Amino acid sequence: MISPQQVEAMIKAKLPDALVLVQDLTGGGDHYQVTVVSSQFAGKGLVQQHQLIYGALQQAMSSEAIHALALKTYTPEAWTVTAP
Amino acid sequence: MKPETQAKISDLIQKNKIFVFMKGNKLMPQCGFSNNVVQILSTLGVPFETYDVLSDEEIRQGIKEYSQWPTIPQVYIDGEFVGGSDILIELYQNGKLHEMVEVALAS
Repeated sequence: MISPQQVEAMIKAKLPDALVLVQDLTGGGDHYQVTVVSSQFAGKGLVQQHQLIYGALQQAMSSEAIHALALKTYTPEAWTVTAP
Repeated sequence: MKPETQAKISDLIQKNKIFVFMKGNKLMPQCGFSNNVVQILSTLGVPFETYDVLSDEEIRQGIKEYSQWPTIPQVYIDGEFVGGSDILIELYQNGKLHEMVEVALAS
């Protein structure tokens, strides 16, 4: 179990420019949906983009503090097109 | 990872054009993310094979190392790691998945 604020902080530690939206899907602190917008995704494939986030959250993932993580990653350019 | 585990993984993904490491099987996925992947590939109507990692702890851990990817499910097309559930959903929605499987099945 981990707080949404901790999730955001761990991602920002790796990607300081990132916009991070964290949604706790069950209220239990272990099923999260995370949207990340960062210029560091530019020129990278989706697999590499998600690997960056998994890397930032590695400790929480391998200790299973986070049980399930749904990820969406965008470059700032892609985000301006997609943003609701 | 044991060499035989690595050999088994590369054999599975080379012998099958579309291969999924998942929790459970096609008929009874044991996790929502694995279910997403099965539903998407079934909707495309393409042939694919699966491996239940819950039945094999060596493969369950080995596959994470193999792809440098920490989660299950994992989808391989033409021997290449394509992504997990989130990426499959995105590739399905933007139409790229359809292209990828067509190319793989034609080769």
